[in-house]
Amino acid sequence: MDGSGIRQALSMMNERGSGEGAGYVAYGIYPDYRDCYALHVFLDNTCESKAVVDATLEQWGAIEHDEAIPTCNQQNLRTACTPWRYFFRPDASLAPGSASPEKDVVKNLVMQINGCVNGAEVVSSGKNVGVFKAGGSGAWPEVVADYYRIEDYEGYLWLAHNRYATASPEKWERPDPFNLHDWSVVENGKTTTYGTNRRYVESFGYNCTTSTDSEVITYLIDLLVRRHGLDINLAIRALAPPYWEEIDRMPEAEQKLNRALRFAYGAATMNGPFTVVAASPDMMVGFTDRGKLRPMVVGECADRLFIASEESAIRTMEPEVESITRPAAGEPVIGRVAP
Amino acid sequence: MAKQITIDAKGVDCTSLNQQIREALKDGADEVVVNNVLGQRFIGDGLRGNATICVHGVAGGDLAMFMSGPTVVVHGNAEHAPGNTMDSGKVVIHGSAGDAVAHSMRGGKVFVRGDIGYRGGIHMKQYETQRPILVVGGSAQMFLGEYMAGGLLIVLGLDGVMKAREIGSGIHGGEIVVRGDVDDTCLAAGAKKVPLTDEDRARIVPVLREFAEDFGFDPEPLVNADYTRIVPASARPFAGKYTWE
Amino acid sequence: MSDCNLGSMPLRYRVTIDRDQCMECGRCVDNCSYGVFRQDGDKILINSRKCTACHRCITYCPRDAIMLAEHPCDYRSHPVWNQQVRESIYNQARTGKIILAGMGSVANLPVIFDRLMLDACQVTTPPTDPLREPVELRTYLGKKPSKLDFRQKANGDVELATELTPNLMIETPILLGHMSYGAISLNAHLAMARAAQEVGTFMGTGEGGLHPGLYPYQDRVIVQVASGRFGVNVDYLNRGAAIELKLGQGAKPGIGGHLTGEKVSKDVSKTRMIPQGSDAISPAPHHDIYGIEDLPQLVRSVKEATGWKKPIFAKIAAVNNNAENVAAVARSGVDAIAIDGFRGGTGAAPRVFRDHVGIPIEVAIATADKELRKQGLRNEVSLIACGSIRESADVMKAIALGADAVYIATAALAAMGCRVCGNCYQGLCPWGIATQRQDLVDRLNPDVASKQVANLIHAWTLEITELMGAAGITSIESLRGNRDRLRGYMLDAGLLDVLDVKPIGA
Repeated sequence: MDGSGIRQALSMMNERGSGEGAGYVAYGIYPDYRDCYALHVFLDNTCESKAVVDATLEQWGAIEHDEAIPTCNQQNLRTACTPWRYFFRPDASLAPGSASPEKDVVKNLVMQINGCVNGAEVVSSGKNVGVFKAGGSGAWPEVVADYYRIEDYEGYLWLAHNRYATASPEKWERPDPFNLHDWSVVENGKTTTYGTNRRYVESFGYNCTTSTDSEVITYLIDLLVRRHGLDINLAIRALAPPYWEEIDRMPEAEQKLNRALRFAYGAATMNGPFTVVAASPDMMVGFTDRGKLRPMVVGECADRLFIASEESAIRTMEPEVESITRPAAGEPVIGRVAP
Repeated sequence: MAKQITIDAKGVDCTSLNQQIREALKDGADEVVVNNVLGQRFIGDGLRGNATICVHGVAGGDLAMFMSGPTVVVHGNAEHAPGNTMDSGKVVIHGSAGDAVAHSMRGGKVFVRGDIGYRGGIHMKQYETQRPILVVGGSAQMFLGEYMAGGLLIVLGLDGVMKAREIGSGIHGGEIVVRGDVDDTCLAAGAKKVPLTDEDRARIVPVLREFAEDFGFDPEPLVNADYTRIVPASARPFAGKYTWE
Repeated sequence: MSDCNLGSMPLRYRVTIDRDQCMECGRCVDNCSYGVFRQDGDKILINSRKCTACHRCITYCPRDAIMLAEHPCDYRSHPVWNQQVRESIYNQARTGKIILAGMGSVANLPVIFDRLMLDACQVTTPPTDPLREPVELRTYLGKKPSKLDFRQKANGDVELATELTPNLMIETPILLGHMSYGAISLNAHLAMARAAQEVGTFMGTGEGGLHPGLYPYQDRVIVQVASGRFGVNVDYLNRGAAIELKLGQGAKPGIGGHLTGEKVSKDVSKTRMIPQGSDAISPAPHHDIYGIEDLPQLVRSVKEATGWKKPIFAKIAAVNNNAENVAAVARSGVDAIAIDGFRGGTGAAPRVFRDHVGIPIEVAIATADKELRKQGLRNEVSLIACGSIRESADVMKAIALGADAVYIATAALAAMGCRVCGNCYQGLCPWGIATQRQDLVDRLNPDVASKQVANLIHAWTLEITELMGAAGITSIESLRGNRDRLRGYMLDAGLLDVLDVKPIGA
């Protein structure tokens, strides 16, 4: 599906935003470069800033191709940077001992580039995936969509987010989605545990640079799923665990498992209001905080899954939707991409 | 008929070895023979009952720590602190032992045929019927009986020169008995020499005989030897150090 | 003192009786164990010099007739040569001795806790109302896995392969800290043990052994092994719910302890397993720990003796290289580390140590948490903050700086009546807390005192729940190390950096 449907769905949610940021991520959009890591980078300028990125990438691997991301200027959107894309082949030998060396190389170079004041921010870094987002006054969902001409992209899995800006509304890297290679995250809400979660992921070599929940959540999921080998269900359970009283009532084996999860991942637990939708090349998952402070509506239609804050967004994309459900807190919704 | 169980400790880590020993005691063994011991720690740690554990090899640190009852016989040397905070029972070491032998021991006996290292008998203490006894056949090193608060510590110096100096530093209970004379310069602050009375001798003779028997030599020369007895100069060695706000 | 020209010091306190109010009932005479009051015919005479400001007489005077003034006699005011400095000189000029003092530091240094402000939710996130929705304070103390392993069962199901090591479960992140039987009375110990049972927490024995009277509560007791090994045997170790190795104490880092022979009564001698009337001397180090690699040996020796079934704590004093100490201890196999800040209490400590050695608990917890995370060791141990935790806000702040839980001790004594007069060493505590004199001990009813201690912990627990709810945090592990929920008020940039806390307004 191209980006026009989700553009329209997100526009339905304009009352939830402040018109200062929106973003989209799509999987399957770069079939010609499907074996390369596609890096979407916001460059302050295409001279010094780009030179830094070029040099870093060449150190860590080889650039197959790079170009400016096609854009179409919008009257009300002030362009703050130049969106650029690289198709990159990481040198796996640079992460010896890793079970997923290419991803570790990509993770390292993203942390390196984003951790420095160098006029460059990597906003997505996975294979066959790309984040398109913008901020500042006038950055309503449809404006951002038109700026990137997202209807020109054909993907099989889309996430989108409409920002209600609180801090740094002018920054283009601040709106969701956030992405690190496989994983992309959009969040409705704001956790109260950013400080704990951030310090936890940072002790594993991640570097949080934008003070946003979604960035931390992206890294948490990467850590738990890819590096700690947790099944996605368990990873979500670690992030939004059941209350101890619920655990106390479970059968013994389940109790043991849940206690172990809370023991091991207490510092990864997220509190406060949130609905998170995360995606990877083979799945889309949605989950809410355990107190169910934010909305989550799920729609299904044939082999398609929709997760949104409101039913209207789903019906905008798919008027023929076959079922609408509102899952309970702690009940993750997982859609797997058919092989 | 005494039940004997043999354990081969070769390459076995200390926790597993101690589990095997505990299992053997649970199975009703009166004697557990542990062969090929090479530095495994905590043998006999916290064990109760009255079995005998025979260790062949080098016993690791904290042999018989917190032990309450059993007898441990080591055919070889022991590392540091055998008899650490031991409650009751007996440790017999046919070789030598490291530093802090019988540390904070509160009861039972530790017999070492050879030498012991520094701070032997440190902070041994006694209470009512519990009176720890440490006997060293060879020599002890410096700070013998440091902080000693009770019990009996005997050093026989059977193998020649006696190396202990700073004896009884901070001693405030118990007694240290050394065969032969001890030069005044070897005593630490808080310790004083007193003659060994006949009563004292009568008290230590059974210990000397038991020691001689355990290691298979004639007790008589020991029974009749000259000894120096070292006791606290005060039961309150630090009382004069402080004033109140 | 004919060979001393210093004479008597000015009175520290002056006690007066409003004779119009006084009805000569004699309650003050009966209650004051220090001998301030004496009945002379129908008049009560006062010897103010013996007063400790324990307030026992004031509390029990039925007519509010007794009044007490501190420092009724001025010295010439001087910012450098203050009264305390001058009086220490007079004391030492007279005695030539080290000055011992009771309770925690009196150094007039800023309390960092008081300059840390807590956060609350306003519009970007909602507060949680703890009356309606769960706010979890349940805390598990002990080692946690850093990652989990799973195995596939024959039927294809996945099951947990990681074995959890024993943890202590507490329903509130407040434990009763270690004070020995001997330093305090049996009734005080009993009160704390019952309170611990009632509120679902644990109490520490200190280094005085475990009195048989506490055996019924042994599942709620953390037994301590200190350098003197008083009262330690395999039975003692196996009775405790956990075992704490005391390596240091905040009130007197680097030195040992010393219970004077006068306090070693018959019962105290029994639990310490030393003769009655003998000094109980705890050496500065454990003499089986002379190097850091000896610590794991002690830890394992205790685990071996207790079948690896009990969590082992270690307590250290907060000193300059705290982060390094904590990282070293975290590698030793212990399950929790209690860090005692320089304001930690004590029955007696040299004044010069109490007021001059060590670092504050706020800094020690923050640096410990940060270093453990940096070294990937945070899940190896739980951290317990202690050393003058005075109110629920201190608990919140300590946890936000990285602690898992706190020990309270002076606060628990205060809940039993203690007025923090600092004369514990005299052994005459009129409240029946820091004394072994039976008539005084009898004044403390363990049923009443335990209820008061339980009330205090319960009240703090409620306050913590409210504070967490206001901050939108519904589980205590989400508060742990969450320094973003703190702001430093008039703390300097260097200290804020050490604490990893932003200044107010940032």
